[in-house]
Amino acid sequence: MDEQYSFLKQIDPESSNLIKGLQQIQAVEGYVSDDAIRAAAEYFNIPEVEVEGVLSFYAQFKRVKPGKYQICVCDGTACHIKGAPLVHEWLKQELGLDPGETDADGIFSVETVACLGCCSLAPVMSVNGKVYAKLDRKNLKKILKEYAEK
Amino acid sequence: MKIRFLRVGVASCGIAAGADKVFEKLKEKAGDIPVIGVGCLGHCYAEPVVEAVTDSGESILYRDVKGTDEAVDNILALGENNHFVIPEKRKAHELVKVLALAGKVDPTNMDDYIANGGYEGLKKALSLSPEEVVNQVKISGLRGRGGGGFPTGTKWSFLAAKQAEEKILICNADEGDPGAFMDRSLMESVPHQLLEGMLIAAYAMGATKLFIYCRAEYPMAIKHLKIAIEQIYKAQLNVVNGRKLEIIIKEGAGAFVCGEETALIASLEGKRGTPRFRPPFPTDSGYKGYPTMINNVETFGNVPVILREGGEAFAKVGTENSKGTKLFALAGDLKNPGLVEVPMGTTLNEIVFEIGGADRDSVKAVQTGGPSGGCIPVELFDTPVDYDSLKALGAIMGSGGLIVIGKDRCMVETARYFLDFTHRESCGKCTFCRVGTMRMFETLERIVAGKGKESDLDLLEDLGKKIKAGALCGLGQTAPNPVLATLRYYRNEYIDHVKNNRCTARQCNAFVKLAVDKDKCIKCKMCIRTCPVNAIDENFNIDPAACTRCNSCLDVCPKTPFSGRI
Repeated sequence: MDEQYSFLKQIDPESSNLIKGLQQIQAVEGYVSDDAIRAAAEYFNIPEVEVEGVLSFYAQFKRVKPGKYQICVCDGTACHIKGAPLVHEWLKQELGLDPGETDADGIFSVETVACLGCCSLAPVMSVNGKVYAKLDRKNLKKILKEYAEK
Repeated sequence: MKIRFLRVGVASCGIAAGADKVFEKLKEKAGDIPVIGVGCLGHCYAEPVVEAVTDSGESILYRDVKGTDEAVDNILALGENNHFVIPEKRKAHELVKVLALAGKVDPTNMDDYIANGGYEGLKKALSLSPEEVVNQVKISGLRGRGGGGFPTGTKWSFLAAKQAEEKILICNADEGDPGAFMDRSLMESVPHQLLEGMLIAAYAMGATKLFIYCRAEYPMAIKHLKIAIEQIYKAQLNVVNGRKLEIIIKEGAGAFVCGEETALIASLEGKRGTPRFRPPFPTDSGYKGYPTMINNVETFGNVPVILREGGEAFAKVGTENSKGTKLFALAGDLKNPGLVEVPMGTTLNEIVFEIGGADRDSVKAVQTGGPSGGCIPVELFDTPVDYDSLKALGAIMGSGGLIVIGKDRCMVETARYFLDFTHRESCGKCTFCRVGTMRMFETLERIVAGKGKESDLDLLEDLGKKIKAGALCGLGQTAPNPVLATLRYYRNEYIDHVKNNRCTARQCNAFVKLAVDKDKCIKCKMCIRTCPVNAIDENFNIDPAACTRCNSCLDVCPKTPFSGRI
């Protein structure tokens, strides 16, 4: 197995741990590349096509390298009725990104997630896991600016 | 009066509102006074919440606390600002049993849990025979809180009766319903209560392996559970029936269908989370072929309460067929969103208006059970909430998410939103669900875009019935519910879209035109400058063909301050 994926060895190579392994890969690399699929298939002794099957089934897994700052816009019920589509609209205007896209410099990527569980503070989004609540256009701009300047 | 200690609600929702800053600031300035980070008090609308407990035992609450010197000094001096008084109306209906310790104990401190009566239930259980424990749960009348409502005691007796080398117990913590956050709160706030419930269950059924299948989107819940499990191991509380039980947390990977038992098991095995045909039921052949029993977080959370009180006392609360209390996550168009625990049988009127503080004139309906449930119109709000009465109305109890829908929301759009969710979450195994939900979604998209036909309504009804009949699992069987329920109660809104060329609630873009109210306009030209598509001309006329209804103009207009458009 490729040196790059030696961290998989911390996980028991039992087939029921495949998802855990893929989560580990994504935690380290930010996405699951073709090479990573090959490594996981070898390590867990599962055909590559089945690994790919599992990957494509679960919404969590990404096959494209995300930006440095991952923006996840919550589109749960509460956020949706409180204006999640507008948050996307604003992001589109500010960054030119639709859900699932990464900008050319690899700084921001935007995606939609089902629910961040902060429904009472809707609409919310998270940037690299940090949740921002009660969004409006003004504070969204401010948040983006802060990250862009980092 | 002196402060004995301070509690700060630092569950995820509190942190999203800025509680982490408040926590740090308090720690910095409180000197000798202990500052304890606790879970959720349920008052999300008031976050961040700080509770000061004085040496006389009095509790003083503060709401909307900011992480500034001023705000923190105010609390340390027990000042008057930001006082938070829990509304009497809410107190009158609340009955806090499962959440009794949420927001009261430090979730990462087992001694704190034990000092407040924690693990008493387990102690009690171990003093009884396993059969007697199952019996107590049966007597309590507890039904599965994940939504199905299957009698828990009966389910337990199935697994208890099995003879096998390994018996698997799984906690379903894959709270996937958008709009539901009861399980997250419980796990973040009192992780030991869930574990206590699981250990009691393991004792009663002779389970050998325990899994918690939790969403990866709940990092704090996972963290707190991991800490709690370490503490249990250390205290050897996991030694049940003379065996050391392992409790394994598995992180879900974002698939709604994995809330279904057999799909969850497939996912635990590392496979695609597709459901399979039952029988065999999981209690006969589940995880890797071993007998397996799955309960939801809230169900396990009820178990220690049952053991402490006894099954009979537990059954005194609630309605004839639904016993105990229920947690509800209130969200949507209301004043006081948050988490609340009430006895089964409390009416929607009481929950939505008296507890949630919603405005009686502006509420249209409530959606229960998330995308699998249905809407209940405000006219029927005197319905007591229990499993059977909600089912009779075409909705379901679900796991406890209650979304309040205001009068200015379009019910067709609401149905479209839920189908957008379910058609994407369909695992693809059954044709009716895979293709049918897609067709329903497309039809709704068409109606919302102003291109619907009257015959579409019959098509939706026909498809809905067939999907329900032709799908294997709960997802497909319930996916058409939001459409069928809105068609049942709000058919006039559909007719308005397809026949009268209007959106009753004036929400759907295709039917809405924006215009400048020239009497009120102060000609600041902010809208003209802001409009991303230059649809507003010099004389403040909006070109309907160019306008994308992004509402940027409303947003910047000083006369109509931004209010969130939909």
